Amino acid sequence: MKRRTLTSVVAGAAILALTLTGCGSAGNAVPEGSATMWTISGATEPIIKESVSRWNAAHEDESIKIDSFADDAFKTKVRTAIGAGEGPTFIYGWGGGVLRDYVEAGEVEDLTDFLKENPEVSERYLQSVLATGQVDGKTYGLPNGANTPVMIYFNKKVFDDAGVTPPKTWDDLLKLVKVFNDKGIAPFSLGGQSKWPNLMWLQYLTDRIGGPEVFQAVIDGKPGAWSNPAIIKALSMIQELVDAGGFVNGFSSIAADSGADRALLHTGKAAMLMQGAWAYPTFKTDAPQFVKDDNLGFAPFPTVAGGTGDPKNIVGNPSNFWSISSKATPEQKKAALAYLKDGMFDAEYTKQLIDTGSVPVVTGVEDQLKKSEDADFLTFTYNLASNAPHFQLSWDQALPSVQGDAMLTHLDQIFLKKITPEEFATNMNKTLGK
Amino acid sequence: MTLITSKRHRGAHDAGPSGWFVAPALVFFVIFAVVPLVGVIALSLANWNGIGAITWAGFANWAKVLVDPVTGNALVVTAKIMVFSYIVQAPISILLGAFVAGKQRYRALLAVFYFIPLLLSSAAVAIAFKALLDPNFGLGAGLGIPALAQDWLGNPDLVLFVVIFVIAWQFVPFHTLIYQGAVRQIPASMYEAARLDGAGTIAQFFHITLPQLKYTIITSSTLMVVGSLTYFDLIFILTAGGPGYSTRLLPLHMYLTGFRSNDMGAAAALGVILVVIGLLLALMLQRLGGKDRSANQTEGA
Repeated sequence: MKRRTLTSVVAGAAILALTLTGCGSAGNAVPEGSATMWTISGATEPIIKESVSRWNAAHEDESIKIDSFADDAFKTKVRTAIGAGEGPTFIYGWGGGVLRDYVEAGEVEDLTDFLKENPEVSERYLQSVLATGQVDGKTYGLPNGANTPVMIYFNKKVFDDAGVTPPKTWDDLLKLVKVFNDKGIAPFSLGGQSKWPNLMWLQYLTDRIGGPEVFQAVIDGKPGAWSNPAIIKALSMIQELVDAGGFVNGFSSIAADSGADRALLHTGKAAMLMQGAWAYPTFKTDAPQFVKDDNLGFAPFPTVAGGTGDPKNIVGNPSNFWSISSKATPEQKKAALAYLKDGMFDAEYTKQLIDTGSVPVVTGVEDQLKKSEDADFLTFTYNLASNAPHFQLSWDQALPSVQGDAMLTHLDQIFLKKITPEEFATNMNKTLGK
Repeated sequence: MTLITSKRHRGAHDAGPSGWFVAPALVFFVIFAVVPLVGVIALSLANWNGIGAITWAGFANWAKVLVDPVTGNALVVTAKIMVFSYIVQAPISILLGAFVAGKQRYRALLAVFYFIPLLLSSAAVAIAFKALLDPNFGLGAGLGIPALAQDWLGNPDLVLFVVIFVIAWQFVPFHTLIYQGAVRQIPASMYEAARLDGAGTIAQFFHITLPQLKYTIITSSTLMVVGSLTYFDLIFILTAGGPGYSTRLLPLHMYLTGFRSNDMGAAAALGVILVVIGLLLALMLQRLGGKDRSANQTEGA
C-alpha cells in the first residue's frame, strides 16, 4: 500500500510540474495600469511580440503588456472578458459580425476621427482591406497582419507523377478526382472536424455560380436568402464531389488545428488542399524541405461553367484587426493609439511578416515581396488579392455568431450527406435575422 | 436524506448534535450552488449575447429550447452515453475490483497499472486518443493494420461507441478502486463459512461478494450515471460534438449554445434542464438503495 501511495504521489507531482511549466508566461515586466494586448498564437504572434518589446523599450511611459492564447480558446475568452468589463485594451479580431456585436454593445472605440487626424495611418493600407474593419461606414478596427485569401495548394511531385496540371475549371477538377483515385491518392485533403475548412468550398462555389450578391442577401437577412439557386447548386456540387471520392478517407475526423490536413498534402497522401494563405508559413515550419524543394504549388479556385460570379473573386480573411476597448483608461487608450500610429507596421514588422511567408496588408511592398525567398508564393497571393474585384470575408466571421455556428454544423451534415441541400436551406432560413 | 432521518428519529432522542453544525457547509452551499442556480434561472428568462444589454425575454428561450430538435437530439445522445457507459463500466469495474482486491503481489502490481488512466486529465486523454484514432496518421496507419484505420471519430454511426470506450478507459480505474476497497472490507469469515458449505469461487462471488457490495454499487452507480451528465472536456476535445450532432450531448450543447452561438439565455435554460435531470436521477438511485440503511449486512454469516 505504501509503495502505491508513493507512486501516485510521484506521478501526481510530475503532472503538476508539467501543468505549471505549461502556464509559464513570457513575463514581460511592465508597470501596473499599462495598456493590455491579447493576441492569438500562430505565425504572426512572435512578430507582434517583438514589435511590442521594441515599442516598450523606446516608450517607457506608453508601455504595453502582451499575452497570447490559442485561436478557438481566445474567441471565447475575449468575449467573456469584454462582457465582464475585464477585456484588454487591444482586442484582436477578424472584423465582420463579431465586430458589429462589439460596436452595438459600445465596447470598442470609433477610430474614424483618429484616421482623419492621422491620414498617414490609413494611407499605408491596401484600401480594400480597411473596409472589413468598418461597421456602417465608421472604422472600428485597423488591420494588423497579413492578407490571407483562400487558394488551392497542390503537391507538385504528385501532379508530375500523374502527368496532370492544376484544375482550371470545375470539370478539370472532377477529372483530376478520378485520376488520383485510380492511383490510390486522395484528391483533396480536408480538415472536416474543424468545420470551417468545409465552409471554404461553399463560399467559393456560391461566389462562382451566383456572385457576391447571393451571400450579401444572407447578411442583410432577406427572407429565404439561403434558398438562392446558387447556394442549392453549390451544396449539390459539394455532395457530388463527396460521392466521387473527392475528399480523403476520414476527412470528418481530421482537425485543421493540429495540421493533419496539411500533413496529408506534404506527405503525398493527398494531391490538393484548399486552405487560406495563413497555411503557407505553417508549411514552411512543418515541412521545410518540402517547401525548399519547390514541391508546394498553389492555384486559384477553378471557374465554374455557366456561373455569373467573377472568377477573379476571392474568399478568405482580408486581415486581422486591432480594435481599442472603449472601457480602457485614457492613459491606456493614448498608449494604444500611439502604438497603432508609430509602432505597428514599422519597417522591421513588415519585413518579418514577409520573411515568415505572409503578405502584409500595406502598400509599397511589391519589391520586397519579389526579393523574398518565397517570392513565388508572395507575389501570387499579392496579385490574387489586389486583382480581385471582391474579397469575401469568411462567412462564419461575417455572420452573427448564432447564424455562423448553425451554418457550420449544418454544412458538416451536408458533407456527411445526412441532409439534402434543400433541408440545409430550410433550416438556415429559420436563423435569418436572429 | 437528513430530513428523512431526522423525521424518523424525532422524539426518540432529541439531543442530537446542534443544528449549527450544518452552518458552515450550508453557507458554502448557498453561495456556490443556490445563488448561481437562481442566477441561471433568472438568465434563462432573459436575452443576452454575452456583451450587450440584458433584456427580458419571458419564456421565449424556454419555448425555443424545448421545441428545438437539437435539444431533443442532445437528450437522446446523453441518454445513450449514460446507458451504454453504465453497461460497459459497471461489470468491468466490479470484476476488476474483486480481482485486484486479492492479496497476491502480481495483483497489487496490476492494480498500479490499472490506476494510471486516472492520473491523466481528461484533456490529455482526449488529445492522445484523437491522435491514436486518426485514420491517416493514427494507430491503424502506423501499425499497418487496415482494420484499425477506420474513420473512428468521423463516422456518425461509430463515433458514439468510440466516445463510450474512451470514457470507460478513463473512468473504470476509479470505480475499480472503489470496489477494491469495498471487497477488502468483506469479513473473511463469510468466505470461510461459504467454503465450508462447499461453495466454489463463482458461487462465492454471486452469493457473498455481490450482495455485500450492494451499497458500494449504489454509490458507484450514482457517480457513473450522474457523472455522465457532466462529460464535457473529453468529448469537446475529442469530437467537439461532431460529426454533425452525433456526440453533442446536453452539457456540450449548453456550452456551444452559450459560448459559440453566444445565446446565453437559451444556454441557461439548458443548464436548468441539466440540473433537474441530475437531481431526479440522484434521487431515484438513492431510492433504489432502499430506505433502511441500518439493516444488518452480516446477518446469517
